[in-house]
Amino acid sequence: MTALGYNFGYLDENTKRMIRRALLKAVAIPGHQVPFGAREMPLPYGWGTGGIAVTASVIGADDRLKVIDQGADDTTNAVSIRRFFAKVAGVETTERTGEATIIQTRHRIPEIALREGQVLVYQVPMPEPLFRLEPRVSETKRMHALADYGLMHVKLYEDIARHGHVAISYNYPVLVGGRYLMSPSPIPAFDNPKMDRMPALQLFGAGREKRIYAVPPYTSVRSLDFEDHPFRPVRADAPCALCGSRESYLDEVVVDDRGGRMFVCSDTDYCSTRQATREAAE
Amino acid sequence: MTALLEATGLSLRFGTVPALDDVSLEVFPGEVVAIVGESGSGKTTLLRVLSGMMRPEAGAVRYRDPEGSVHVVHEMGEAAMRRLHRTDWGFVHQNPRDGLRMRVSAGGNIGERLMAVGARHYGSIRAEAAEWLRRVEIDPARIDGMPALFSGGMQQRLQIARTLVTRPRLVFMDEPTGGLDVSVQARLLDMIRALVADLGLAVVIVTHDIAAARLLAHRLLVMRQGQVVEQGLTDRVLDDPQHEYTQLLVASVLAA
Amino acid sequence: MAYVAVKGGERAIEAAHAWLAEERRGDPVLPELSLAQIEAQLGLAVDRVMAEGACHDRGLAALAIKQARGDLIEAAFLLRAYRTTLPRFGASLPVETDAMRIRRRISATYKELPGGQVLGPTFDYTHRLLDFALAAEGGVPEPAPEAPADEAPMPRVTALLAQEGLMAPELPSEAEPRDLTREPLNFPAERPLRLQALARGDEGFLLSLGYSTQRGYGNAHPFVGEIRMGAVTVEFEPPELGFPIELGEVTVTECQMVNQFAGSKTEPPQFTRGYGLVFGQGERKAMAMALVDRALRAEELGEPVEAPAQDQEFVLYHCDNVEATGFVEHLKLPHYVDFQSELEKIRLLRREADGE
Repeated sequence: MTALGYNFGYLDENTKRMIRRALLKAVAIPGHQVPFGAREMPLPYGWGTGGIAVTASVIGADDRLKVIDQGADDTTNAVSIRRFFAKVAGVETTERTGEATIIQTRHRIPEIALREGQVLVYQVPMPEPLFRLEPRVSETKRMHALADYGLMHVKLYEDIARHGHVAISYNYPVLVGGRYLMSPSPIPAFDNPKMDRMPALQLFGAGREKRIYAVPPYTSVRSLDFEDHPFRPVRADAPCALCGSRESYLDEVVVDDRGGRMFVCSDTDYCSTRQATREAAE
Repeated sequence: MTALLEATGLSLRFGTVPALDDVSLEVFPGEVVAIVGESGSGKTTLLRVLSGMMRPEAGAVRYRDPEGSVHVVHEMGEAAMRRLHRTDWGFVHQNPRDGLRMRVSAGGNIGERLMAVGARHYGSIRAEAAEWLRRVEIDPARIDGMPALFSGGMQQRLQIARTLVTRPRLVFMDEPTGGLDVSVQARLLDMIRALVADLGLAVVIVTHDIAAARLLAHRLLVMRQGQVVEQGLTDRVLDDPQHEYTQLLVASVLAA
Repeated sequence: MAYVAVKGGERAIEAAHAWLAEERRGDPVLPELSLAQIEAQLGLAVDRVMAEGACHDRGLAALAIKQARGDLIEAAFLLRAYRTTLPRFGASLPVETDAMRIRRRISATYKELPGGQVLGPTFDYTHRLLDFALAAEGGVPEPAPEAPADEAPMPRVTALLAQEGLMAPELPSEAEPRDLTREPLNFPAERPLRLQALARGDEGFLLSLGYSTQRGYGNAHPFVGEIRMGAVTVEFEPPELGFPIELGEVTVTECQMVNQFAGSKTEPPQFTRGYGLVFGQGERKAMAMALVDRALRAEELGEPVEAPAQDQEFVLYHCDNVEATGFVEHLKLPHYVDFQSELEKIRLLRREADGE
């Protein structure tokens, strides 16, 4: 028990066990959505309850937790979730990607490569990659069971026919382990390649939709495409104004009302580490 | 079994009404079989049972795959059934809206079946779609057009192109010319006849239109109250009907 | 030009919460609302929060309303989040609404019926005129006149119809119903699961759906067979005792809608039931729930499923206001990473369109 009168990690042990069973099943069937009995959390649905439930179920007293939203540690929702775990689990928190054992994220994958033993927990608003094409869960479940994904390719075909490109820039659908179509959560398509054969364990929690899924370490994650229109992630064509990086994903910052703008890294830890290294060299 | 499809002793009741009463049927490769009869005679039910969309209470439907293995249609799993319906079989609905995706372009509609069986080269999918539009007499320039903007006849031709693109050996057609103007019907029937001959398709077609049956079918089954009352070569049945119900049907067409 | 990334999220959150607390209290010159006042004088708000919060505790519901500054969906959410942490000792026995100590009981299908019509404390037949005397702090109203208690039994209207064989019987089942709060929804959802979802569903959503069935979206021909409101006994049977013990009483509102049914291949024409049951005095919700319950039975009764109210997935996935409010409101969280990738994509597409 923590000082608050709640169990370690907020959830009671039975609920955590139930979630861990769902996680094991998810790891055993990469990319497959496992239904689980999501509980109400003290944060609203859609604000990371699934990710929080997953983190609460896998976190231990020795873990070091990093929480990011939009790549940054200091966005309000990331702050709020980090404080929640500091309060109900009393664990150490960090902003350094390399030092964290668990990283809970919304909308980004950190720039530096994750390593074995780390766990990346994604907050997922809508786990079903087919929902815009087929809103009925009973039908999409059948499509997954039969690996009937022609419809998703039709959508990509239509995009190319209309725009010359696949017009999906985030939440770009992937095929996991050559079998299950999966939503990578609303990360920019730029981040998709990082998921492929990642040494870290990737867990996905969707609280409101009550689904858990996973990508075990070193699993193939392929972004859907055509042979003659290969997957092509985009990023702003500029260096980071703070650290000069040409590899990282950039946020656009509007600096005045006359069209002035600059680009800075969305991954705040990556950016500040590079700035510190550069200053030390000078 | 040399037939492509073989049904034996099919029976099915709706409440107390017999929809199918001990119906048997064979379809051989390249053969067009028409099922004729009035509304309520059971012909559409027969088509749905033959194509695996509905389960009979008695009897069995067997299907021979391209490798020569025989499968009992209603014992196939859902996955195998779906695969069959987008590869070796096709189904043309009376209402093209039931067979098309109305919010997907003509090219996407044709391409869907190709992509469902693994085609992943955009350029080739598109080329194939354009070729099929040409074959069904739709201007390939309309490849990115939405079916909702097509005429009824064009929609039906698009549905046929979408069905035939994966080169099925057996196609089920449910009143494919129903609901179209007479002049449009004639053109569509001509096109279907040419495609069937070119591709060597086997077809089971349900129609209440005796003239359409005469134009397309090699063989004819006449149904009434769930029973096949007469069957045989099309010309024989229509020129020399034996059963009085068939005589009535043929006479009513001549009178009209 | 120097640029410093926006920091200080933590301090901003703390300040916002402090401001919220100040706003909640309002002008400190005015006396603070007590929970007892909320419980006693905003009783219907308390009832609604208990129903949608799926937790029967008037005091906690009053606290939630106070803490949520009167935002009832926020209050239901507070109650739910509390409820989910409570240990579960077991399930109570089904409450016997037949044995309800009735405060209100009306039927629209029979003028006279055994036990009579009891209006109870209702807004029905009040003229909706603002009562300015209340604004002047009306004081304590005269006590309402009391009739001597009528000991006559109050059989259910649906039971009267059933005696004649005109009411489709509900199939009794000893099977343990699935628990919506422990397991995710699965489709097709059985009726016990559907009723659970509707019982905690949003009153406004159910009201509109029920209304839509009356306007032709679902082809309903409903009659209020009976509405009854009053106290029922809650009993619990601890496995180690082997006999039930009374835990106390709760007030519930029950509505049974009687609907025409044309009959099917296997069933003769008869009436069918739509059922609504909610915590507290929640007549509007109970009626809407009964309409929607009946609409959702379309499939089992062999009726065409065409209207939104008949569509299980549509109704059950969207009736929960705690889920709905969370997801709608999450749109105000930062989405600038996704927005940035959309910006880049659109710029790319425009460049190429220009180049053509």
